[in-house]
Amino acid sequence: MVRRTKTGPIRVLIAKPGLDGHDRGAKVVARALRDAGMEVIYAGLRQTPEEVVRAAVEEDVDLIGLSILSGAHMALFPRILTLLRQEKAQRIPVFAGGIIPDDDARRLKKAGVRAIFGPGTSLEEIVATAQRLARGPA
Amino acid sequence: MSGAPRLPPAARSIVAGDRRALARAITAVENGDPAARPVVRALYPRTGHVPVIGLTGPLGVGKSSLLSALIGRLRAAGRSVGAIAVDPSSPFSGGSVLGDRIRLERRADDDGVYFRSMASRGEAGGISAATREVARLLEAAGFSLIFVETVGSGQVDVAIREVATTSVVVLVPHLGDEVQTLKAGLFEIADVFDVNKSDLPGAERAARDLSELASLGRSADGWSPRIVRTSTTAPMGLDELWAAIEAHERFLDDSGARATGERRRLAHEIAERVRERVGRDVVGRLQRDRELRDLLDRVAARGIDPASAADRLYRDRYRAR
Ligand SMILES: Nc1nc2c(ncn2[C@@H]2O[C@H](COP(=O)(O)OP(=O)(O)OP(=O)(O)O)[C@@H](O)[C@H]2O)c(=O)[nH]1
Ligand SMILES: [Mg+2]
Repeated sequence: MVRRTKTGPIRVLIAKPGLDGHDRGAKVVARALRDAGMEVIYAGLRQTPEEVVRAAVEEDVDLIGLSILSGAHMALFPRILTLLRQEKAQRIPVFAGGIIPDDDARRLKKAGVRAIFGPGTSLEEIVATAQRLARGPA
Repeated sequence: MSGAPRLPPAARSIVAGDRRALARAITAVENGDPAARPVVRALYPRTGHVPVIGLTGPLGVGKSSLLSALIGRLRAAGRSVGAIAVDPSSPFSGGSVLGDRIRLERRADDDGVYFRSMASRGEAGGISAATREVARLLEAAGFSLIFVETVGSGQVDVAIREVATTSVVVLVPHLGDEVQTLKAGLFEIADVFDVNKSDLPGAERAARDLSELASLGRSADGWSPRIVRTSTTAPMGLDELWAAIEAHERFLDDSGARATGERRRLAHEIAERVRERVGRDVVGRLQRDRELRDLLDRVAARGIDPASAADRLYRDRYRAR
């Protein structure tokens, strides 16, 4: 594989897995990341875990951000992390935003989700965390 | 592969179908990373044989939806497809939201499709030398046909001609009137016009207007643009669109225009690379170089005009002696 000797802008995949409706929050985050100079691949609504991981690999992203409201996170996130490992892409950090109960958040973090943002989180915090995760040790 | 020079490992992985290796190489090309050079160089002799189909047109006319529909049909026919979707970078932050993937409908486990979003990164249009290199990487990875979607800076990205073997200009019915005022460039780049969203009223008229205008337009190379109507939602006209694209590809082979087109594109690519390097070099020297700083001082003091200064600089530094 070509070794990275020079880095370009941070590339981040934003997707909204699961079956629930709107993606307003995800779009707001996508725009904030763009304004911070990142290239945001916006994959949209109703992505299956397989689609998320396929997109992450093809787009060679540095980071994956998942938005979720449906309560299906305990099924979707571990599946995505497993698929990333299968694709040897586990180095790509995953963060999540949405309504996730504290207990679940703790378990997801243990499973490997690197950051979880509740509904009140400021965009500044999300951007700063995204930058840190994307540029962190691979 | 006996007789062929041994490929560097990264190139070998790409040829063998390793998607992560391909993805990484594309990133390196985009970043102008010197690590990409040996890979690109080694794979170049294997390229130049597959159709590159450009889709361009104003914002939101349905380019990505058409791309997805065409990919579906080609996959059903057993052809593997690579796709590059270019979106503009923000001139302010340098960032970008790349949203073309939203329309993509394909089985996530289908290795016969590779879709990559690219930001224009400062190119006015979006198509750049990097786009061409990425298309060649996709070809070397075995994809039998490459799509390039681009919106460009104006209504269409005229630079699509510098990468695509067949260029499709996508419009929609209510643009029918505006078509009259579209730049002449539109007719020079379009091998196929597609009036998409033909489920909406006015499509027939738009197609008629286009064919009138097109009949006045180019046929210097012997091809007159085809005009088709599609709807990705109905759906309708997609077979006709594909047939028009294939007809143009056949024309390229039958007329010999494929080889001349390729030469023209390569000449453009080389010139673009030289222009870019020389441009950067000059900007740097005008700041660093004592002599050239003096020259710039004289231009600033109105002692010599910029064109004359450029003549002198070009003559002294770049003309082969
Ligand atoms: N009525 C109708 N709507 C369509 C058709 N094709 C696409 N659309 C809609 O047009 C909108 C834009 O579609 P895209 O495929 O994203 O268009 P695009 O040209 O790729 O857009 P950009 O990449 O942003 O320039 C979406 O809401 C589509 O659902 C069509 O044939 N008919
Ligand atoms: Mg699009």
